[in-house]
Amino acid sequence: MTAGLWEHWVLPGIWITIQLTIYSAALATAVAFGIGMARTHRLRTVRFLAGFYTEVFRGTSSLVLMFWIFFVLPQLVGWALVPMWAAVLALGLSYGAYGAEIVRGSLNSVTPAQREAGVALSFSPWQRMRLILLPQAIPEMIPPFSNLLVELLKGTALVSLLGIGDVSFAANLVRLATTESAEIYTITLVIYFVIAFLLTRGMRSLERKTKAGIGQSPEPRGGLMGKLNFRQQLATSQIPKSSGGGGA
Amino acid sequence: MPHFWDGVLVTLQVLALGSLISFSLGLVWALLFRAPSRFVRWPVGIVTEFIRNTPLLVQLFFFFFVLPDWGIQFSALTTGTIAIGLHYSTYTAQVYRAGIEAVPEGQWEAATALSLPYRHTWTAVILPQAIRRVIPALGNYVIAMLKDTPLLASIGVLELLQRSRLQAAETFQYTEALTVVGIAFIVIAYPSSLLLRALERRLVV
Repeated sequence: MTAGLWEHWVLPGIWITIQLTIYSAALATAVAFGIGMARTHRLRTVRFLAGFYTEVFRGTSSLVLMFWIFFVLPQLVGWALVPMWAAVLALGLSYGAYGAEIVRGSLNSVTPAQREAGVALSFSPWQRMRLILLPQAIPEMIPPFSNLLVELLKGTALVSLLGIGDVSFAANLVRLATTESAEIYTITLVIYFVIAFLLTRGMRSLERKTKAGIGQSPEPRGGLMGKLNFRQQLATSQIPKSSGGGGA
Repeated sequence: MPHFWDGVLVTLQVLALGSLISFSLGLVWALLFRAPSRFVRWPVGIVTEFIRNTPLLVQLFFFFFVLPDWGIQFSALTTGTIAIGLHYSTYTAQVYRAGIEAVPEGQWEAATALSLPYRHTWTAVILPQAIRRVIPALGNYVIAMLKDTPLLASIGVLELLQRSRLQAAETFQYTEALTVVGIAFIVIAYPSSLLLRALERRLVV
């Protein structure tokens, strides 16, 4: 591979992929908590609207959504987003919908007695959420969120189809320039694999920290295969539900 | 509109064949996870983790551009279906694995007590119980796969998204075309997920 291509396309491509992942993960987290908490709201209308959002954004394909935000939205509203932000918006909104289900599930898995104790102490609903429910639900959320984060990382590859110069886009350019398809695509896959590995490691230590904060210890996972298995299976649900699937 | 229905047909075709590949290959992975030798378990573990944690889009390009270099010629449709089936087989493998692990230990012991041959223990005792439990979870991945079929447009498969884009390019009606595609996905995906929820209530005890 020629040196220029590597420095001018692949390395900046990796950086763009990382940036995209960070920005869309931030947006997705905000959406997930907003919508997820709204789904446990006492007002039926709020619950319905939040549920509607989740079903719509989980039901449609992220690529179609991305095309829609990129090509249709400018025609409807009269102004266009910078490609990068259009992509972040599409990824954040759709993965946020998956995340909302995780947030809702974890909030519901906090024992009802905890909520009732909050009522007995005459906490306001928001105080209950902030001081009782969330601190116990967040450690539960981290393993599924970790899986979702890897899905999101994989989803960022879609932006190359919009012409954003991420690492997949760079791979395509290098293939056209050098015709060494096998090498460049293998390298690209390894790059994604390494980023995914680093993300899951980070999430593991976050899980340890938050669990220690409420006096629990994470489940042990020994041996080579334990380290290799990025995705975590939750002990509570034997059959993994597709809370994160449907990315790319 | 004929373009639209042709696109739906291709999408569903990819979905059906892709599910078939992922269901059968996933079971093979899951059984290999339980192989007696670690020299089988580890490579299978590494390969499936690699496939599962890298983007389908890049895998699609890999197969589309690299296979011809190795002298294997497939149509874009075949390549796409194989790639999507292979990618999702690594997900279904985990589902099967969890399903197998959820079969109570007593069932294994009972099979041993009856001195059933190893093969019959699997085919007559373990798998029927495991697969029954995992059908709803497998269905979830069919829906996920449905939402990934538009990726095949990138290698030129004339599925729903690609047909609509071509149609839109002729008439300049991007708004309508892309909106219809988006709605089409919701219209297929939402009732399917309701169906799965109902199935889950009936099958999982």
